[in-house]
Amino acid sequence: MRRWIEKQRCLLDFTLSSLLRRKGKNIALAVVYTLIVFTLASVMMFTQALKKEASLILRETPEILVQKLAAGRHDLIPLSYASRIGQIRGVAEVKGRLWGYYFDPVMGANYTVMVSEDPSLDEGEILVGKGISRLRQVYKSNILSFRGCDGNYLAFKIKGTFEAESEIIASDLVLCSESDFRRLFGTPGGYATDLTVKVKNRKEIPTIAAKILQILPDTRPIRRDEILRTYDAVFDWRGGILLAVLAGAVLAFIIFAWDRAAGLSAEERREIGILKAIGWETADVLQMKFWEGLTISLSSFLLGILLAYGHVHFFSAGLFEPVLKGWSVLYPKFKLVPYVDPYQVATLFFFTVMPYTVATIVPSWRAATIDPDSVMRY
Amino acid sequence: MRKSDIFLRFILVNLALMGVIFFHARAKTEAHLPRLQQVGRMVEQLQLTDLCLTTEAWHTRNPSQADWHTPFQTHPLALEHFPSGAIVRPPESMRKPHAPVD
Repeated sequence: MRRWIEKQRCLLDFTLSSLLRRKGKNIALAVVYTLIVFTLASVMMFTQALKKEASLILRETPEILVQKLAAGRHDLIPLSYASRIGQIRGVAEVKGRLWGYYFDPVMGANYTVMVSEDPSLDEGEILVGKGISRLRQVYKSNILSFRGCDGNYLAFKIKGTFEAESEIIASDLVLCSESDFRRLFGTPGGYATDLTVKVKNRKEIPTIAAKILQILPDTRPIRRDEILRTYDAVFDWRGGILLAVLAGAVLAFIIFAWDRAAGLSAEERREIGILKAIGWETADVLQMKFWEGLTISLSSFLLGILLAYGHVHFFSAGLFEPVLKGWSVLYPKFKLVPYVDPYQVATLFFFTVMPYTVATIVPSWRAATIDPDSVMRY
Repeated sequence: MRKSDIFLRFILVNLALMGVIFFHARAKTEAHLPRLQQVGRMVEQLQLTDLCLTTEAWHTRNPSQADWHTPFQTHPLALEHFPSGAIVRPPESMRKPHAPVD
């Protein structure tokens, strides 16, 4: 065993010297390889962290949300629907939710305006998210004006701002009283944006959602598990589309790596021929080539994963920010819960390290099995 | 020092750092728990449904609440044009195919 280890170390010494002789080419390959692993791993870790964050935070989202649809579009829902839903056996509570979007022409930003159930929030007072506070440079006790549906400006006193920790859900949030909301948007009394339904037994949620649809066919019940699944699907797809965008780069890399690994240069062929001529076995040549493939791919893989973790969890995935941000003027600042899925790391390892290592061995095996004399002449 | 020793040490350091990543992730998750619980309470209290990740378009601000037409606001044949809309697709419930017409 000791002898075998010593032999492998000697082979590794030789491989490293051989790689260093073609320093430029191999360093370029390792850099591109690392970048590819870094990008793939960054997407993977970012989407995993977002999924984890969503699943942990949105566990407490309403059990069933009922929207009214008019001509296929989301419409205001009459509060009389609440009493009809309340009569379904198993429903514990039905509440109207008032919320909407406000486009701020001053900053060109979208805010989410919502009615608070907090009785301490008086008429003319609002609570705002950190994002709005940062964007408009407004703080506690300042006045913030919104243009109402009738064209008149309504002035609100900022009672406070949400804590920075809540930016991931409330960065663009404006909480106001019900009367202020109705004045701002002209929402008639007796109507809400949607209804939230609390059920007594969670197992009955699908049944109750089906009953709601049965007695109120112009509504769309959205269950909590659907909301959570939406996030799962969105982030899976988000990862998928980023990977699709990256597919071109990955393909270019595959061609580059395949050419590098599979197509032996004349110099490399001659090297194999000389090694065979001085007494190396075919197995030794293959082991040497295995080490060559592993040296480049394993180093690049490990460096890529480490850099990706740093990028996503220490630099808040800064390279993806422009894509997420898009045209948003108001962008939340948040730190994601780090989450690394060993299964995904293993998958990435399998798809990056294994093919390259194998690709280096096959052509070497071909070169190593033919006559050294003819290989050297080639 | 032999080249193989330098390389093996480099790999060992990287592997150790990989181990540190897993421990760091676990430790940080525990450290984040109070914040997550606090945010979860806020979600329950305010009856929120979505994460505030991108605010440029309605359907990317509240993907679970968007209506059927939102991604096609401009005109019926308009392709989605918000950058984040290119990566946040409409929710599952909105992508159900319509009934066959032929």
